[in-house]
Amino acid sequence: MLSFIAQRVLKGVIVLLAIVVLNFFLIRLAPGDPAVVMAGEAGASDQIFVNQLREKFGLDKPLPEQLFIYVKGVVTLDLGFSFRQQAPVAKLIGERLPATLLLTLTAFAISLALGILFGTFAARFAGTFLDTAITVFALIFYAMPIFWVALMGILLFSVTMDWLPSFGYETVGANLTGFSHAVDVAKHLIMPAMTLGLFFMATYTRMTRASMLEVKRLDFVKTARAKGLSDAVIQRRHVLRNALLPVVTLAGVHSGTLIGGAVITETVFAWPGIGRLMYDALLQRDYNLLLGVFVICSAMVLIFNLITDLVYRLVDPRIEFAS
Amino acid sequence: MPKRVLLGLLLACGLTAPTLAQEPKTGGVINAVIQPEPPGLMLAMVQNGPVQMVSGNIFEGLLRYSPKLEPQPELAESWSVSEDAKTYTFKLRKGVTWHDGKPFTAADVLFSVEMLKQTHARARNNLAQVDKVEAPDDYTVVFTLKQPFGPFLGIFEVGSMPMVPKHLYEGTDWKTNPYNNAPVGTGPFMFREWQKGSFIRLVKNPNYHEKGKPYLDEIYWQIIPDAAARSVAYETGKVDVLPGGSVENFDVPRLSKLKDTCVTGAGWEFFSPLAWLWLNNRQGPLADKRVRQAIMYAIDRDFAKDVIWNGLGKVATGPSASTIKYYTDDVKKYPYDPAKAKALLKEAGYKGEKIRLLPLAYGETWQRWGEAVKQNLQDVGMNIETIATDVAGGNQKIGDWDYDIAFTYLYQYGDPALGVGRNYISSAIAKGQMFNNVEGYSNPEIDKLFADGAVATPDSKRKEIYEKAQKILVEDVPVAWMLELQFPTIMRCKVKNLITTGIGVNDGFKDAWLDK
Repeated sequence: MLSFIAQRVLKGVIVLLAIVVLNFFLIRLAPGDPAVVMAGEAGASDQIFVNQLREKFGLDKPLPEQLFIYVKGVVTLDLGFSFRQQAPVAKLIGERLPATLLLTLTAFAISLALGILFGTFAARFAGTFLDTAITVFALIFYAMPIFWVALMGILLFSVTMDWLPSFGYETVGANLTGFSHAVDVAKHLIMPAMTLGLFFMATYTRMTRASMLEVKRLDFVKTARAKGLSDAVIQRRHVLRNALLPVVTLAGVHSGTLIGGAVITETVFAWPGIGRLMYDALLQRDYNLLLGVFVICSAMVLIFNLITDLVYRLVDPRIEFAS
Repeated sequence: MPKRVLLGLLLACGLTAPTLAQEPKTGGVINAVIQPEPPGLMLAMVQNGPVQMVSGNIFEGLLRYSPKLEPQPELAESWSVSEDAKTYTFKLRKGVTWHDGKPFTAADVLFSVEMLKQTHARARNNLAQVDKVEAPDDYTVVFTLKQPFGPFLGIFEVGSMPMVPKHLYEGTDWKTNPYNNAPVGTGPFMFREWQKGSFIRLVKNPNYHEKGKPYLDEIYWQIIPDAAARSVAYETGKVDVLPGGSVENFDVPRLSKLKDTCVTGAGWEFFSPLAWLWLNNRQGPLADKRVRQAIMYAIDRDFAKDVIWNGLGKVATGPSASTIKYYTDDVKKYPYDPAKAKALLKEAGYKGEKIRLLPLAYGETWQRWGEAVKQNLQDVGMNIETIATDVAGGNQKIGDWDYDIAFTYLYQYGDPALGVGRNYISSAIAKGQMFNNVEGYSNPEIDKLFADGAVATPDSKRKEIYEKAQKILVEDVPVAWMLELQFPTIMRCKVKNLITTGIGVNDGFKDAWLDK
């Protein structure tokens, strides 16, 4: 297993470097020069100013040299300097990463737990009113765009009912500490995490239901029944466990999508994470910052995928790690 | 000419005249919205709108300007101009200290001028007429100009020429100076905390040089990226002030009707944002003046004002906004007249060539305006193709002259020599840059008028020159002027005296107080 992990990590590093090089060129293909953007924001632009900025960004150097400097930096864990934000990229990401991890992991946990739970219920009571209700709700959440769910959530829970805060990570100026601070953050977290998690929850519900119904028809379930095992044991140990494999696969794939969804959720709820940082960096053509966020997000996706592979083994011991 | 002494009358008191009815109360916290998040707070290094809005509380300029754009004292307590209008002498306030306790002196002014020439494109242009700057003593600064420059007294507000602490910047690498993110100024509020992505916190400067001010204890600038979420934050009482442009224009009437809400359009007189369509004069049908005039007749600008901008603003009559100096409406008029537009297009021989329209990616209001203009132009038979880009992509296309029609809006900075001429003189045609003459209009007569207007004396001569320039430009239609924009500031009525100058919320909250 260790050699499997080592091999995957090595592959991951190679993939990461390929992503860095690809992103480096992709970003530069987009029209819009960071120096011109900054000159634009200054409300004035002359050639001296734009040239100064280009020199500051290192954009006056040939492209291969820029790439070499950047890759060399990444290899030595230096993600460069954001001239627009006047701070090292690693510091900017470091400030914002915890908020994104809190949001995405909470959303991920909620969606997976509730998705599997509802999917199991729907499959267990297939054809009943409960099954229909769960399926319909799952379909609705699956179809609704994240930004719309977010705005409706704000309208209902913040404006109309005044139950939950509509934006931010904590109550600004309240200077809360300890448990009361944790409660305050949790209150701020509920809506963004639910918004982000609903779509995935719907997906896992549908996937778990379909997969369980399929497994239920297989011979080994009939055998288990013939052996006289209780329904609960059959559902939990035989049906659910086998039905989870496609859900785990999907969850691994979704790790990247979750971060994509975080961009929208963080923007609507003013959640100070790297999704928003990425969005702002993209609009401002802050190349180093954008590449830095991409590197971190790619690394996170690779780690999630590695974890998925390891979880396969836990869910289904028949799977062996090929080295 | 008799010696003109434009003595600073210490009108700071006069500026707060509206408060005389009520005695200001001290204390309290204001929560305001800032959008987008500023890239930094060092006004000498970055000058976009949000930076000015926050840093206008931390830094100060030598002067500020009344709503009528008359100079008022700030760090300079008085000033005088020599008879030949080439020497400007500023007397600085005594007893002013930086937030770290060091005294503010003329040496800081000299240093700031030199630094800004390198870091602040607009300041560099404004200071181009300056031959030398000297400090005969610690509290006197003398600017000697190469030739008289009419708008010179208009370049000293905090966003155009912020004073920088020499003792913290001299001999350092300015772009990576740690004080860029924890700025030290002389202003009424001091920087305290910035949680990136969440808020910026400023606290009262207890040693501020205007005794008794500021009245507020703290300001929190809340960073909320989504326009709808900003509206909700105000509705739910989480923020007290929505500076102009914080929410989509169609939300303004609804928010204005909320309980205890006051709205003002004041505070934009210095900037006077004017929206127009760049028309690429170089190529295709738009090279013909008649086609450009047809565009003016084809667009229903009253509709845009009344429907898209909810009645806010004013239909523009030409290159100058009505709030800046030497404006005249005695120019050719272009009412909405599709028939006339069609006739002009026919006369010009327009045969349905494709014309690319670049809307401004500043949100929903601008998107809708783009659609309305497209519809207007299609109605008179023009073949319009909309090109969608984000702001960065759009800026590059405009700077590279890769467009036919493009939306924009620019500030005018109070004087035609500072914010109007740059868009029409042929020496301002330079590829790769925005905000200059990107339409490619070239007219030697206009070049001469703007060159003469900047240095002419007395004022009546400048007026005559600029009025003539406006008439010629409106006839030629180098760009299609749309609206004088108005960005109303929405706030709780308990917030008093928030806006007291022509620079508005960018001038800091030193006069603001809360009627608790």
